[in-house]
Amino acid sequence: MTKAQKYSLIGGGLFLSLVAPFLLPQLATQLTMLWLMVVFALTWDTLGGQMGYNSFGNILFFGIGAYACAVLQRDLGLDYFIGLAVGLAFAGVLSSLVAIILGFGMLGLRGHYFAIGTLGLGIAAGEIAGGWDYVGAGSGMVPPLYPTALAGRELFFYFLMFALALATFFILRALYATKFGLALNAIRDDEDKAEAMGLQTTQVKSFAWAVSALFLGIGGGLAGNLLGFIDPRDVAFAGATFGVWMVLMAILGGKGTVWGPVIGAVVFHITQELFWTYLLGWQRVALGLLIVAIVVFFPNGILGTLREQRPEWFGEKVEERA
Amino acid sequence: MSALLKVENVTKTFGGVVANRSVSLEVHKGDIAGLIGPNGSGKTTLFNSIVGAHPIDSGSVRFEGKEISRLIVPTIARRGLIRTFQQTRIYAEMNCVENMRISAPDARGSVLSLLSGFSNQVDIRAEELLDFVGLASKRFLRAGSLSFGQQKLLEFAMALMSEPKLLLLDEPTAGVNPTLINGLIDRLVRANKELGVTLLVIEHNMRVIMNLAEHITCLAHGEVLAQGSPQEVRDNPSVVEAYLGVSA
Repeated sequence: MTKAQKYSLIGGGLFLSLVAPFLLPQLATQLTMLWLMVVFALTWDTLGGQMGYNSFGNILFFGIGAYACAVLQRDLGLDYFIGLAVGLAFAGVLSSLVAIILGFGMLGLRGHYFAIGTLGLGIAAGEIAGGWDYVGAGSGMVPPLYPTALAGRELFFYFLMFALALATFFILRALYATKFGLALNAIRDDEDKAEAMGLQTTQVKSFAWAVSALFLGIGGGLAGNLLGFIDPRDVAFAGATFGVWMVLMAILGGKGTVWGPVIGAVVFHITQELFWTYLLGWQRVALGLLIVAIVVFFPNGILGTLREQRPEWFGEKVEERA
Repeated sequence: MSALLKVENVTKTFGGVVANRSVSLEVHKGDIAGLIGPNGSGKTTLFNSIVGAHPIDSGSVRFEGKEISRLIVPTIARRGLIRTFQQTRIYAEMNCVENMRISAPDARGSVLSLLSGFSNQVDIRAEELLDFVGLASKRFLRAGSLSFGQQKLLEFAMALMSEPKLLLLDEPTAGVNPTLINGLIDRLVRANKELGVTLLVIEHNMRVIMNLAEHITCLAHGEVLAQGSPQEVRDNPSVVEAYLGVSA
């Protein structure tokens, strides 16, 4: 692919993203969810793909964000938009802090142990939120309503979520291009070696999880407002849906790449919506089959498979010197 | 002259097995020191004890006069004591240049200091060292796609990249073809003479270690059997016995 082709493809995608909610207003919420999926896949990939730590508990940060934002909006009594802004900021910061605190214990676990350990996080959080009256217990929370006098609620959330997805993408991409990004990859490839070379692996791992949690937390706050209802188990800490999807989308697209999770999220979300529309009643079966097909035929994801076929597109080549 | 590394009476046991019993050795600045011994004599265990991979039962390890036996691996590494692994370890999914970049001293800083790009000096140095070990043309290939011998060379280059004061090499020539071995020895000597890196080398290849090292320690059953110049160690009857068994 030449540079020009690449940029026109990206430009086209950006343009489509900007006009889509105007062209397809009835799908605006679904499109907003698409950007949330992109955030899911990108933030999961920070640990799962770049650092090699398969987390099944990242949904925790999404849920914390959803609740944290809603609680602040409820209790501060600010104007809707100011309350939302403060709530989102708080959601991100709180999620990051929780990631750092959890990281001290959890990130000492390696491989399968980390995966299993994190699996418990989302489930436990769902149970706690479901029994805690301060956040509405089992009946969940309803964030403040978007001012009825104003039109454009769908568009408002669409562009906020789009901005979050863009920010996540570009900030993560910039981070991966630094020494920090290489340190993540080094930990993925051989953590013992990284330690033996003197890398501050504990700090790097905690920071990576905190960055991932920051965007997930903001995404959670936005999603709570978008959906208008925060159920502890089906929305906030929905490990069986969102929690699994984020893993699948990153793997489908190609983990450990920047574009992989984006491509995976788009393909997955569209496929899923089509299943819902045309295979109603069988959508979960179809989704299950799709997952099996992904793992069997594309274990390295779309970009991973492409890289095997065309390594030179990814800069892998022998350079002979004169 | 005071020793750069001073290991005193280090004992390490695993359950009932004594892997190192009261081992002492010294490495002086600028030396190439050798560590030999039959399989299972505790050489790698001693390496692991020195770099902090596991706690020692008793004894002391001093690096530049400071006790390091209670420190953890990355802390010791940041002081300039770097080891390579017997089972070569490189970052397989990253290319050679990336492997080198992440091995530079500035990659060992706090996470906030890592949030910047790569300095030109690091890239120039990485090129020089990849050239030094003969991997310049392979620099954009995935390290995992290199042959075993090339991976050994890359690991060695990465170790040099980290600008160690003392480099512990665990069998640098194991699994490397004989032609490449000569090149590797030549590079070890050059690293020592030109870059001023002090070396402590575990080696099974007697021809290699006798030519390379100025001072050799021989371990057997976890204990120091002999120490001295290559000639002295080679002529020591108990060393011959440990390797070849008791003569009839």
